[in-house]
Amino acid sequence: MTGLVGAVAQVVVVAVGSPLLVGLMRKIRARLEGRVGAGVLQTWRDLRKLCRKEAISPHGTGWVFRMAPLVLAGTALVVASVVPLVTTQSPMDGVADLFAVAALLALGSVALALGGLDTGTAFGGMGASREVTLLALVEPTILLSVFALSVRVGSTNLGEIVTAAVHDPMAVISPVSLLAAVALGVVTIAETGRIPVDNPSTHLELTMIHEAMVLEYAGPDLALIEWASGMRLFVLLGLLAGLFAPWGIATAGAGPVAVVLALVVLVFKVAVLGAGLAAGEVFMAKLRLFRIPELLAGSFMLALLAVAASYFLA
Amino acid sequence: MSDSVYMPLLDLACGAFLLAGVLVLWRRDLAAIVRLFALQGAALAALVIVLAAHEGSAGLAAAGVAVGGLRAGLLPHLMRRALVAGGEGQESRPLVNVATSLLVAAVLAMVAYDASQPLVRLTPTPATQAVPVALTVLLVGFFVLVTRRRALSQVVGFLLMDNAITATAFLTAGGVPLVVELGVSLDVLLAVLVLQVLTLRMRAAFGGTDLDELRELRD
Repeated sequence: MTGLVGAVAQVVVVAVGSPLLVGLMRKIRARLEGRVGAGVLQTWRDLRKLCRKEAISPHGTGWVFRMAPLVLAGTALVVASVVPLVTTQSPMDGVADLFAVAALLALGSVALALGGLDTGTAFGGMGASREVTLLALVEPTILLSVFALSVRVGSTNLGEIVTAAVHDPMAVISPVSLLAAVALGVVTIAETGRIPVDNPSTHLELTMIHEAMVLEYAGPDLALIEWASGMRLFVLLGLLAGLFAPWGIATAGAGPVAVVLALVVLVFKVAVLGAGLAAGEVFMAKLRLFRIPELLAGSFMLALLAVAASYFLA
Repeated sequence: MSDSVYMPLLDLACGAFLLAGVLVLWRRDLAAIVRLFALQGAALAALVIVLAAHEGSAGLAAAGVAVGGLRAGLLPHLMRRALVAGGEGQESRPLVNVATSLLVAAVLAMVAYDASQPLVRLTPTPATQAVPVALTVLLVGFFVLVTRRRALSQVVGFLLMDNAITATAFLTAGGVPLVVELGVSLDVLLAVLVLQVLTLRMRAAFGGTDLDELRELRD
């Protein structure tokens, strides 16, 4: 029963909290850059404004273009419900497999890339091509870095990995975990399109990736994409925190109090990670597009070394 | 030292050793490469000292301190001096680009793991289980040696190989006899000194240490 409550609670927290997380990160960046910045609620206001506008699709686009935001938001919601953010006892535990989660995230990205291609504009195609180039390095890295952690547990179920980490917190401090944490951190940044991989606040044609794909979207569709991107950021940061700092997550047999506590801890952990990410972005410049594969190949190699180390140092 | 402390410390030292070796491939900045090499020397020293503490051997601990002094102190210092005198800050155009060489390093790690399985099976202790780490660094060092153009990064590649050989010796056999270790260390020191002088001479004569441009003889 607490599993069901926890799963529903974590979907609600992700859905409501992700625009607030984006707002918080923008606020922190603005403050550090010496601006006042809009309030934390501004992202929600933007979404409301977009939703009230008329839905427009460009001339000549088909169902792929219209389906892409729905698929993106849908996969983000499913991932939010299965990943062990608040509870490891989600009723959809069977789907909480590492490969299923990575595939769901990839499905969303591919749907958006196809939507970008469907417009037939130069920017859409360029953005889609760049996104897929990065995706080819990001997805294996996510798989490998979580796989490195799953070797110790003997299962690729995310719930079981987190449960094992909750029961044995010292195991987190090992070369395997450190390598996997760095690799997963880098791909989280790449997957969510933050600096130094992509800059979410500009529309510069030479460098933009995510913004180039969604350039043709407007109104409610754009709101859906922005919301889904926020949810992906929230879920990936939550997953990062859950795998490497699993304190507070409700495991089997936990009462309602533990679920409430887990919610508070989750919000705190994600806010701290997001604040750290935003603060780090202020001090960093975006990498040249051609240097990004180097960064991602590096993180892929760290993930592979983590897997190798989990075998030869075990 | 009890096993519960020994295992994580050994793993941590091996992890740092491996990471420093592989990160050499990632960085283009020669000063950063030298820093990474110094870090690897420190990790190697820590590895030997952890082994010494586990076996309770004072001689091994002394060897660890000596290894640390040479590989984390003296050799990086010499290379830094060569770097300042040479005045070239960047590994400009490696023969294999950085992204590919990182992926090659991943393959090399797999090869090392596979190749060292018979060795590990002989005596499966925690120390011998870390032998694949040393072999990976050996292969990465060789890769750096053959794909980099600057004389200094080739020296670092050579020294990575030497670090890896030393690590293998300590992990498998608890170190080689002191005379051999001393001889090898002096050899390495001498090689670096000679290479440093050579780098300076090359720079004085040709104005650069890009070895690919030195294929023709000049008078």
